[in-house]
Amino acid sequence: MTFVRDVWLVTRKDLLIEARSKEILYTTVFFAVACVVVFAFGFVREGRPVADAAAGILWIAIAFSGTLALGRAFERERQTETLRALMIAPIERPALYLGKLLGILILLAIVEAVIVPLVGLMYQAPLFAHATLMLGLLLSGTIGFAAVGTLFAAMLVRARSRDVLLPVLLYPITIPVIIAGVRGTASLLQADVDEPMARAWLAMLAFFDVVFVTLALWTFEPVMTD
Amino acid sequence: MDFTTLTLTNVTRTFGRRRALNQVSLEADAGQLTAVLGPNGSGKSTLLSIVATLLSPTSGDVKYGAHDGRAGSALRRRIGLLGHDLYIYPELSPAENLRFFAKAYRLTDVERRVDEALDRAGLTDRRDDAVAGFSRGMRQRLAVERALLHEPRLVLLDEPFTGLDDAATRTLRERLAGLRAAGCIVLLATHDLETVDGLVDRAVVLHNGRLGEVAGGSTPLRERYRVAVNHQIAKSPNPPIAR
Repeated sequence: MTFVRDVWLVTRKDLLIEARSKEILYTTVFFAVACVVVFAFGFVREGRPVADAAAGILWIAIAFSGTLALGRAFERERQTETLRALMIAPIERPALYLGKLLGILILLAIVEAVIVPLVGLMYQAPLFAHATLMLGLLLSGTIGFAAVGTLFAAMLVRARSRDVLLPVLLYPITIPVIIAGVRGTASLLQADVDEPMARAWLAMLAFFDVVFVTLALWTFEPVMTD
Repeated sequence: MDFTTLTLTNVTRTFGRRRALNQVSLEADAGQLTAVLGPNGSGKSTLLSIVATLLSPTSGDVKYGAHDGRAGSALRRRIGLLGHDLYIYPELSPAENLRFFAKAYRLTDVERRVDEALDRAGLTDRRDDAVAGFSRGMRQRLAVERALLHEPRLVLLDEPFTGLDDAATRTLRERLAGLRAAGCIVLLATHDLETVDGLVDRAVVLHNGRLGEVAGGSTPLRERYRVAVNHQIAKSPNPPIAR
């Protein structure tokens, strides 16, 4: 119970700070929307989108804006050195990790709430036709991406070239998650919907989530100890 | 868990080839205020970070009574650290900052403790304003209360007098004397020699990562500090390089 309370304490604090500054929310939403709109000029011809473009662009927008949010969430703790205060507090390291992860997930959920309808509109993609499966893909894909991202962002917080290193390290590791997200989404958007295939990709995403979250919980403590 | 002594034995810490601390041994007891003095870059903050369990020593031991740094969160609950950076969230109000840390330390009666801490910091009338708009002195007062909120046994203060006016300095001196009376182990890294003169029970000097004792006596602390630094320079004139 204490563990859950600590997780929520960290998440609530991050959300409260974000609610005051709105810095990450505005920049990530703007970046994701810009991504979707700019790609629309290339992938929508005479009102018809290129096949599978919507799925790819949706996940590219999530990955890019997620990277932005991840970097900034830890940069804020670095600037004020409050990460040291968190590290010395009697909060278990896994609770600290999950608290930060949950904060990022809530922020990305807000970003997705904006860009999913936008992608649906601009690419004529029936993203809400299989809402439950689509929600499952988005949720599990975002967890997989953010689980690795939160660990790497924490790991790089004291690195000099952290802004460059985060995407360089993050994308190769999370490529399977992004591919599974894109293929799962594409199988729901194609002319004859392939639900079994979408479920298979969803299962794969759930598997990645378990692996990535377990590895991150296991490695967070040694990674954060200097 | 509780402890009444802090013992560092031959603690060395290197960063790359630079040796920030070199075979440092120190013992501090409950109810003792120890000033850690030394020029910039001499290793004071590294020493406090190691004692605070934020850094591991490259070699050597740190003992908290019978426990070592592996005691984890039970040990961290007994340590209060005020860093050179203040470890407070500028977007939050003083009350929100203190409430967050009170909950992180699983304190009971959180609101009463927050109110009392705000009162001691003289920030009761600004309790709901964002810390971002505060002066350095106001932030420093808040940060001191944040570090002491959970009534730690071991208090580590890095330049606690920075930015404080005369009244706040006097209040902090009284607070430190109160910590001594309460049986806390206090390590205080500072350059404000005049401010801590007559307050601290003992002073040590770090120079090039090596620790030396500042002699006691009735002469001003600055004079005794100068003698101790010169002695340290004579012993190790160059910064140590790890082999």
